Amino acid sequence: MAQVTQLIHHYLRHNKKFPHVLCPGCGHGIVLGSLIRSVHCLGLPKDDVVLVAGIGCSGRMAVYVDFNTVHAVHGRAIPVATGIKMANPKLKVIVFTGDGDALSIGGNHFIHAARRNIGITVMVLNNFIYGMTGGQCSSTTPEGGFSTTTPYGQMEKSFDLVDMARAAGANFVARGTVFHVRSLDKMVRTAIERPGFNMMEILTPCHTQFGRKNKYRSPVDMYKWMKSNCVKIGQYEKLKEADRTGKIPYGVFVERDEPGLEERYEALRASLRETA
Amino acid sequence: MSAKRKTKHKEFFGLGAEAVAEGALLAGCTFYAGYPITPSSEIMEGMAARLPKTETGVFLQMEDEIASLGAVIGASLAGRKAMTATSGPGFSLMQELLGYACMIEAPLVIVNVMRGGPSTGLPTSPAQADVQQARWGTHGDHSVIVLSASDTQECLEMAVTAFNFAERYRTPVMLLIDEVTAHTREKIVVPNPSELEIYTRLQPSMPPEWYKPFQETVRGVPPMPPLGSGYRYHVTGLTHDDQGFPTAVPQEVVACIERQHRKIDQFFYDIQITDGYLTDDAEVVVVAYGSVARSGQLAVDQAREKGVKAGLLKLKTLFPYPRTATERLAPHCRTIIVPEMNMGQMSREVKRVNMGQFRVRTINRIDGKIITPSQILTSIMKG
Repeated sequence: MAQVTQLIHHYLRHNKKFPHVLCPGCGHGIVLGSLIRSVHCLGLPKDDVVLVAGIGCSGRMAVYVDFNTVHAVHGRAIPVATGIKMANPKLKVIVFTGDGDALSIGGNHFIHAARRNIGITVMVLNNFIYGMTGGQCSSTTPEGGFSTTTPYGQMEKSFDLVDMARAAGANFVARGTVFHVRSLDKMVRTAIERPGFNMMEILTPCHTQFGRKNKYRSPVDMYKWMKSNCVKIGQYEKLKEADRTGKIPYGVFVERDEPGLEERYEALRASLRETA
Repeated sequence: MSAKRKTKHKEFFGLGAEAVAEGALLAGCTFYAGYPITPSSEIMEGMAARLPKTETGVFLQMEDEIASLGAVIGASLAGRKAMTATSGPGFSLMQELLGYACMIEAPLVIVNVMRGGPSTGLPTSPAQADVQQARWGTHGDHSVIVLSASDTQECLEMAVTAFNFAERYRTPVMLLIDEVTAHTREKIVVPNPSELEIYTRLQPSMPPEWYKPFQETVRGVPPMPPLGSGYRYHVTGLTHDDQGFPTAVPQEVVACIERQHRKIDQFFYDIQITDGYLTDDAEVVVVAYGSVARSGQLAVDQAREKGVKAGLLKLKTLFPYPRTATERLAPHCRTIIVPEMNMGQMSREVKRVNMGQFRVRTINRIDGKIITPSQILTSIMKG
């Protein structure tokens, strides 16, 4: 435990006033811990890591860590990250974004970043709700789910983030949960290390907003739900069609090895120089 | 931008839009992200052809104008001189991130080739209807620099100036040109790089542990290191303290916003650029900008031939409004005429600083046609 604390402290900003903005029981801190462990494990210098965040609870996490941190506006973290990566491909650009940020207001940027295969890592912290604004439904709120703006149940279907990223052409697509931390750590590490556009969907509980409206009043209820409903992709595929309802598979869904846009751009410049 | 010594210059016959691209490259722009829109696309096409041929140049066509400005902001943070170009509807989309750029003090240039509006309006016709939007379009109190160009050569010069101001004051700078100026083909003289004064943003000289990204300085402009250079700091659109961390402490909020205004306001004398033509003894002065200023100049010449003491004050800086240039007209001037291709946007500024000293008459045209010299002449002859 002491070692873990020491590691985390090495990466936290000492001049930033605490406490942080996240609720007790929130899963976002686990994701931040996973990111810190991954960066440490990969031996990346702090100066080379750029953390770009959008708006919402996930957006507020960047400020606490001692990397280059950019808190962008709602939905626009991915374009800003694209600009940073293209301007300086040596930087490791990681985006923290939420379900509302990445899929609703920033949905267009999300699919286009996957299509152009820009070499950034996008971590979508999916808590099925707009947490910071007070519990309004998001584009991942399950059908029938309750929120302050769907008091009679969500009528619309929700996005499957993995399918969307895969269809748009992402290099690496994975889903993890904050309950299954060991596999999460492994996937986050891979998502940071690999070239091209890497997308990680991370399921994280929000008992404060989603739970209280959907019969998971305590954080423990939410983690229990995660434990019993999220299954490894291998096991999920073995399940009969009827048993799959309500289950969420996690693991790595797509692994392609195409070079990122910034690499291909550098090659273009080099070839133009040669012909000149 | 007068030549310091006699040298052979590169010349070409090109569009105002091409001149903007030429000027941007001369100023050191290495990053362009944009989205096609009439009548500004020629700037984008110029950059698409030329940037990949440079050492580090990056050109990106993004999914919309919001993403375009987002990428430009990211590139600016990473140390690049970056720009985008757009027109009315695209400029509306950029307003959100424009405010972000003001708040995080990101140097960048936005060129807006103005067309008729509102909405889709008159995509292929000239207008000057985005002037007040450039100043006040994004929400919240903010201070910005807005420039304008009236002919092809000026497009090149003002593109250089736009980058210089952006870098010097750490702020987004907007260059407003109208469709006529962007699509007029004329001789363009490209100055030698050695003849130009080019500014690049201030870099910190202190060790990283002493660096405060939004610290108060004498000029009000804090140094700005590129991401990844060892100066790790936080950037946020939230009101922040000098460390860049979000704050709601009243004194810190005031300090944050006031400095952002002061850094531009206190260098007003450096920022305001105007050209006076026969204004020294003028009794009737045409105050104009963009292609209208060219009609204005001809009208002034014709009026002088008829014995009327007319002059032209051409605005190259639109905001902060060049108030001293207008005030200097006071001893002789009786009437100011403000012709513009809108319902009267700059004339509001003229009336505001005028405070009853002169008669202010407007000529407004919104039919997608340019304001002709004869229209202005008729107004001048009324005295």
